[in-house]
Amino acid sequence: MELNSAIPGGPIQQRWDKHRAELKLVNPANKRKFSVIVVGTGLAGASASATLAELGYNVQAFTYHDSARRAHSIAAQGGINAAKNYQNDGDSVWRLFYDTVKGGDFRARESNVYRLAQVSVNIIDQCVAQGVPFAREYGGYLSNRSFGGAQVSRTFYARGQTGQQLLLGAYQALMRQVGLGKVKLHNKQEMMDLIVIDGRARGIITRDLVTGAVRSHMADAVILATGGYGNVFYLSTNAMACNVTATYRAHKRGALFANPCYTQIHPTCIPQSGDYQSKLTLMSESLRNDGRIWVPKNKGDQRSPDQIPESDRDYYLERKYPSFGNLSPRDIASRAAKEVCDEGRGVGPGGLGVYLDFADAIRRLGEKVIADRYGNLFEMYERITGENPYKVPMRIYPAVHYTMGGLWVDYNLMSNVPGLFVLGEANFSDHGANRLGASALMQGLADGYFVIPYTIGGYFAQGGLQAVSAESPEAKAAVTEAEQKIAALLSIGGKRSPTSFHRELGKIMWDKCGMARTEAGLKEALQRIPELREEFWQNLVVPGSGTDLNQSLELGLRVADFLEFAELMCYDALQRNESCGGHFREEYQTEDGEAKRNDDDYCYVAAWEHTGVGSTPILHKESLTFENVQLATRSYK
Amino acid sequence: MNLRLHIWRQAGPNDMGMLKTYDIANVSEHMSFLEMLDVLNEGLIAKGEIPVAFDHDCREGICGTCGMVINGRPHGPVARTTACQLHMRTFKDGDEIYIEPWRAKAFPVLRDLVVDRGSFDRIIQKGGYVSVNTGNAQDGNATPISKPDADRAMDAAACIGCGACVAACPNSSAMLFTAAKVGHLASLPQGQAERSSRAMEMVLQMDAEGFGSCTNHYECEAACPKGISAEFIAQMNRDFVTSALGGKA
Repeated sequence: MELNSAIPGGPIQQRWDKHRAELKLVNPANKRKFSVIVVGTGLAGASASATLAELGYNVQAFTYHDSARRAHSIAAQGGINAAKNYQNDGDSVWRLFYDTVKGGDFRARESNVYRLAQVSVNIIDQCVAQGVPFAREYGGYLSNRSFGGAQVSRTFYARGQTGQQLLLGAYQALMRQVGLGKVKLHNKQEMMDLIVIDGRARGIITRDLVTGAVRSHMADAVILATGGYGNVFYLSTNAMACNVTATYRAHKRGALFANPCYTQIHPTCIPQSGDYQSKLTLMSESLRNDGRIWVPKNKGDQRSPDQIPESDRDYYLERKYPSFGNLSPRDIASRAAKEVCDEGRGVGPGGLGVYLDFADAIRRLGEKVIADRYGNLFEMYERITGENPYKVPMRIYPAVHYTMGGLWVDYNLMSNVPGLFVLGEANFSDHGANRLGASALMQGLADGYFVIPYTIGGYFAQGGLQAVSAESPEAKAAVTEAEQKIAALLSIGGKRSPTSFHRELGKIMWDKCGMARTEAGLKEALQRIPELREEFWQNLVVPGSGTDLNQSLELGLRVADFLEFAELMCYDALQRNESCGGHFREEYQTEDGEAKRNDDDYCYVAAWEHTGVGSTPILHKESLTFENVQLATRSYK
Repeated sequence: MNLRLHIWRQAGPNDMGMLKTYDIANVSEHMSFLEMLDVLNEGLIAKGEIPVAFDHDCREGICGTCGMVINGRPHGPVARTTACQLHMRTFKDGDEIYIEPWRAKAFPVLRDLVVDRGSFDRIIQKGGYVSVNTGNAQDGNATPISKPDADRAMDAAACIGCGACVAACPNSSAMLFTAAKVGHLASLPQGQAERSSRAMEMVLQMDAEGFGSCTNHYECEAACPKGISAEFIAQMNRDFVTSALGGKA
């Protein structure tokens, strides 16, 4: 299969402008003749739905939540990057582009990243105009903070609730279009399948989570903005309902899945406290602006933190990476934490934790300033742990947070299935092997507000779309297939709950395909996952029926897909015989334990083609060329 | 610790519903309230019973999905804390806990503790936004906004749309929810052009959905997990009256 990334030629600075000038247009009167399905109402989905409706397209938006305002974008705390250079500290579109390519460990597509940096400035303007209450200085101008992997202050924020405020901005824009009748919003509907007719994406199958009704919805194009697959690990910072079903079902219908092994482990999360744990809670990376990370110098030091003198502490990030210190990128900070804990120097129950200490900052700035900056995060920490971080250092440990992999898309954000577009975390395109902090919000909104409105017009203007109906054999077959799958799940009548399978799968993935991976471990996982999947289909119990609100059934359907998808992740991690960004293969490291990339053999996007459940997928490669940022070993020292 | 739970069970929107009693043993103080319900549900599934349906998602207190009345108080006994952030260390061995759904005409029960809050979305659709299409914006720093104004807007914008204010109100009024959005946008220059019509339209929709009126009990403010001030209700009333008199707020 030939992968055509459709990257325009010419100097990188002019590619997006040139492409926009060359894209064909759909005239305003004709836009209403085209219908678009948007699945997901997070930052990418809500911004895309609202913007496409403003342009005049007929939009149908779908969410499995009870309201479009609840998508997990809402939980992003720290901020959103933009190359505004308001701080006069040397930022520019070029520098944001450079930082993102380098931060992604040279596994992202240069042209996409450059465009992302370019439109980042428009995002801030758009959000301000919507009334997003970004933090301001006393003079009334926008305030910035610093984030990992950058030496400039380019992160805009709204207290510790930036994701919430940006999502509410997009949600409100979407609600306006719903009120105007230009978007038909479907709440509590979960996508079950993609309908492909004549090789093009022409609709979706949904299940109504209240009535259980399965039905088809037809359109001229389908946009998936359905987020990441971090919950394959069971414990992650993702919301409970986050799942891979929409993108995985599209994958089974022919869409290539790119770089599934690239997962981000966030360094600052609250450690697990027991077996009943249902999810992990993130503490924003912004805390690393003022908090200092340390562990005792000596193994097994049981003293309470205030009893450990400076001389017995190891501020390991500051020691190992003096120029970036506590603001080293996420993959590096996470691995460093794992390393000190593996050495037996971790703190807290089980030794799986490191200190994030604000004592210095409180001495320097006073408690009030710290409360102003991080008050809500400190409150959240205390609520969960029962400890007061103004008095004792926080305990943190890395946790699965974000997935850089996703469906393969070209420069237009269209997958290899014509008419299927993929936005936000659900695609693979912008973050390479590691995402920098405050860049997920940027990408979601860039895709939805400023990229898809142009590129989808180019697709429609090419013409060739025939009328389709829900009565088409493809749509009817997909409905039947979904109904059969639901019935099959309900009729197993075994002993184990969906959660118990999910938890076991998560443990396999965390141990074998988590922060550090080995060939032997991945091969073991590739044996155990199919065994677990087989047991799932023989020993699962889903109480209740398929014709009403049934949360066990919802989870069972999602876990069934995770059990297939997990295998794909392991295949990907196994073929990539190098370490890069969030993918760390123990066999490939430098003498001092840093990731060792292999640009000669692995400077490509791994795009996988589905060949059937339990059968080895086919690998397609899109080679990555770096014409503007020189391939180099990442150094944050 | 060991606990006795009395939980509202209702099979569907048209079912009568009733409180059912469950005993649960060995609850850890470090569990969240929802994790305690997870453990209960795993036990029910193992016994072949239907687990308790409850809404939840982020479990970080920000998505606003979870919501249940715990011992008569929306989100439970700890101030400014959602049910998902409530931890079992708040309770002690032998406690009896009553768990019920939000109760309001405009929030019909779908099953057990799950209610339909679509009415909130329809209130926002009537003006809870700034009418600005993508691409219209000027530079973000073109209009300075004083820090106190930005902070006040953020205080109101922190609403998570959970519905605790409605559940706490003896009139099932949605005034705090509506006023939070009106107050957020009224505090900013961007929100001025539509300020009067926004207050009017949103309040009319709130009434149409079947929410009650405000009679100044302030239960909403006490129950709000984000601590949103009832002062915003006063501000919305002012904008509403100005609008009703044909003026411009």
